[in-house]
Amino acid sequence: MAEAIAFYTLSILILGLGVAVITTPRTVHSVVFLVLNFLCVAVLYVVLRAEFLAVIQILVYAGGIVVLYLFVVMLVNLKRQPEEHQDPRRLAKIGLGLSGAMLVELAAIVVYSYSREPSSVTAPSPAFPVQGNVEQLGWLLYTDYLIPFEVASVLLLVAMVGAIILARREL
Amino acid sequence: MPAGFSAADFYYILPELLLTGGALLVLMLSVLTPKQDGLLLVAALATVGATLAVVVSFAGLDVTASRGLLAIDGFAAFFKVVVLLSAALTLLMSSPYLKTEGIQAGEYYFLILCAALGMMFMSSGLDLITLFIGLETMAVSFYILAGFLKPNPRSNEAAVKYFLLGAFSLGVLLYGMSLLYGATGTTHLSGIAAALGGASPSLVVILGVVLVGAGMGFKIAAVPFHMWAPDVYEGAPTPVTAYLSVGSKAASFAMLIRIFIEGLPAVGAEWTMLFYALAVVTMTVGNIAALTQSNLKRMLAYSSIAHAGYLLMGVVVGTERGVAAMLVYLGVYVFMQLGAFAVITMMRRSDIIGEELKDLNGLSKRSPIVAFAMLFFMLSLGGIPPTAGFMGKVWLFGATIDAGFIWLAVIAVANSAVSLYYYLRVVVFMWINEEEGVGSPLTIGPAMSVALGVALFGTVVFGVYPQFLFEHAEAAARSLDGIASITLR
Amino acid sequence: MLEITPAHYTILSAALFSIGVIGVLVRRNIIIVFMAIELMLNAVNINLVAYAQQLQNLIGQVFVVFVIAVAAAEAAVGLGILLAFYRNKETVNIDEMNVMRW
Repeated sequence: MAEAIAFYTLSILILGLGVAVITTPRTVHSVVFLVLNFLCVAVLYVVLRAEFLAVIQILVYAGGIVVLYLFVVMLVNLKRQPEEHQDPRRLAKIGLGLSGAMLVELAAIVVYSYSREPSSVTAPSPAFPVQGNVEQLGWLLYTDYLIPFEVASVLLLVAMVGAIILARREL
Repeated sequence: MPAGFSAADFYYILPELLLTGGALLVLMLSVLTPKQDGLLLVAALATVGATLAVVVSFAGLDVTASRGLLAIDGFAAFFKVVVLLSAALTLLMSSPYLKTEGIQAGEYYFLILCAALGMMFMSSGLDLITLFIGLETMAVSFYILAGFLKPNPRSNEAAVKYFLLGAFSLGVLLYGMSLLYGATGTTHLSGIAAALGGASPSLVVILGVVLVGAGMGFKIAAVPFHMWAPDVYEGAPTPVTAYLSVGSKAASFAMLIRIFIEGLPAVGAEWTMLFYALAVVTMTVGNIAALTQSNLKRMLAYSSIAHAGYLLMGVVVGTERGVAAMLVYLGVYVFMQLGAFAVITMMRRSDIIGEELKDLNGLSKRSPIVAFAMLFFMLSLGGIPPTAGFMGKVWLFGATIDAGFIWLAVIAVANSAVSLYYYLRVVVFMWINEEEGVGSPLTIGPAMSVALGVALFGTVVFGVYPQFLFEHAEAAARSLDGIASITLR
Repeated sequence: MLEITPAHYTILSAALFSIGVIGVLVRRNIIIVFMAIELMLNAVNINLVAYAQQLQNLIGQVFVVFVIAVAAAEAAVGLGILLAFYRNKETVNIDEMNVMRW
């Protein structure tokens, strides 16, 4: 019961804020809706017992990425709203129709497959020598997934170097 | 050392460690010794060379390392050689180009090496997470490289378009991967194959397969996911375009084969149909669009889309022979494509951009050697004997016919015939057009002549002596897990 | 209705993903398009976490850690690219990216 209340409240918030992000005309408002959306997703992670992810969702998304967006919105000081100029060849209606069709299709497939075979698959992780979500996640990251974890550090270094190269003014 | 890891695990990732170390060294050298571009080039090339040497010495192995996340097998070795070779040639052709454009070399070389690192993980990863993090390391490096000419609006635009569509396709790919994970409970390719084996696949699995296929389609620039390619190829710095069209394409094909042949043989009937349609549309649209282009880079972009269509035929066949034929074609493609782009890079001089077809006017008189090299690359791309491109096409089309896909082979042959028109048009511009060429004379520096020489050597030698390539490609295809379970359909 | 099954989470995720896709296809402001892509990645994450909970298996959560790392890297690079573009063109409108034929 408690999970149902939490789920429906959060779903309405997440979807509503998601729609708000892509419909508001002002970019700054979009960013604010985006951060609220991320916070709701973080709460959803707590409901799903992924505490560590909830924390990094807030730290990285809400704390890092959104601040980056805010900086760019401030730097890109637009003299006129970008939506004013519209390419006449742009097929926005077809795009909307196609994505609507995709939504219906996704939902239909998901509902259909789950109504036929209620979720039966379980593939429990092997026993951990540690207790708790954070400890177990850390264990996996530093043993089984050590290689991609290290590659991710190279990826972040590349992103850092790239952001500096692209954003500084001189060549 | 983490539990369950042994020294062997670190030994097997020695090539990747060397490449990472070398890339960091280049980055630090560029800070410590400014304006020493020659030194940086030597350091970067030495890194690639050392990595290549270790990869070649690992070629005979067939083991999994790092808790089953990485395969050190012939298939991975083949692709790593392809990737490192294209990185080396790109570095060589970049050095004069960077001087003309006035770009700082340090970060540029660093990004080339990091992209190669990502590609190496794409070719040896056995797990969706490893593959996708490798893909992203490559893609993020390329986003930056495409926009490296900051004052140039075309380069800016190329970077924005590549980033937008790349990030969008990543979302699609990841959504597909999340569905596959939900259906099978694992991200490991052999685990996915085991979980899907037997029972008829559910709709969720099919949806996941389609979304992953679409995401990979973006990366290999298959029609209808190709919209980014012409603009990005045209706007990005020419050596980056070369690297993008060869290295990125090869690594994406490696990842595609790993996922679909090693991970999803159970839904083989479904994805064969998907790739059959993609291959036909891709080669046809690519070739027809290339006919009308007046910009060389844009023309080669459409040509490389068409080549992605040919390469997809090998995936459609899906047998050991089909994959081997695809690898042969890819091995040949590296030399001819990079060679053609080396010539275009050379055409960029301080007073002329040199990317238009008409800039080639009278090249045979002004620089006969370059014109002859370009002639060979064009003949090879068109698939005319005695060049390597002909051998690649014979092998690939033969495998397709043997597997019973007669119509696919017929369409491919018709497409090759159409493609001759625009490849030979380049030759016409170089030899027959009487108009005077514009711009200062072409200069071939030492680095560029090595790049051109290697590309020409590969294009000629694999045309007359393809056995070497055939044998290695077959060994590589044989080392793929799950290839035996795909029988002729 | 009151019992929350994994299908509920999958539908939520599919809906959020579609909102992101619609945003990418319909909006012309590049910054908002970037944000729509972030929504798509969040939909992927919800899916992965819900499956991890259903399967009693933490690999999905590990996957999410990597997706978040990639999202951060992409945001940094993407916004850098956008700034470089803006300095030359003084616009962030997708329809004005027309130096080359689209």
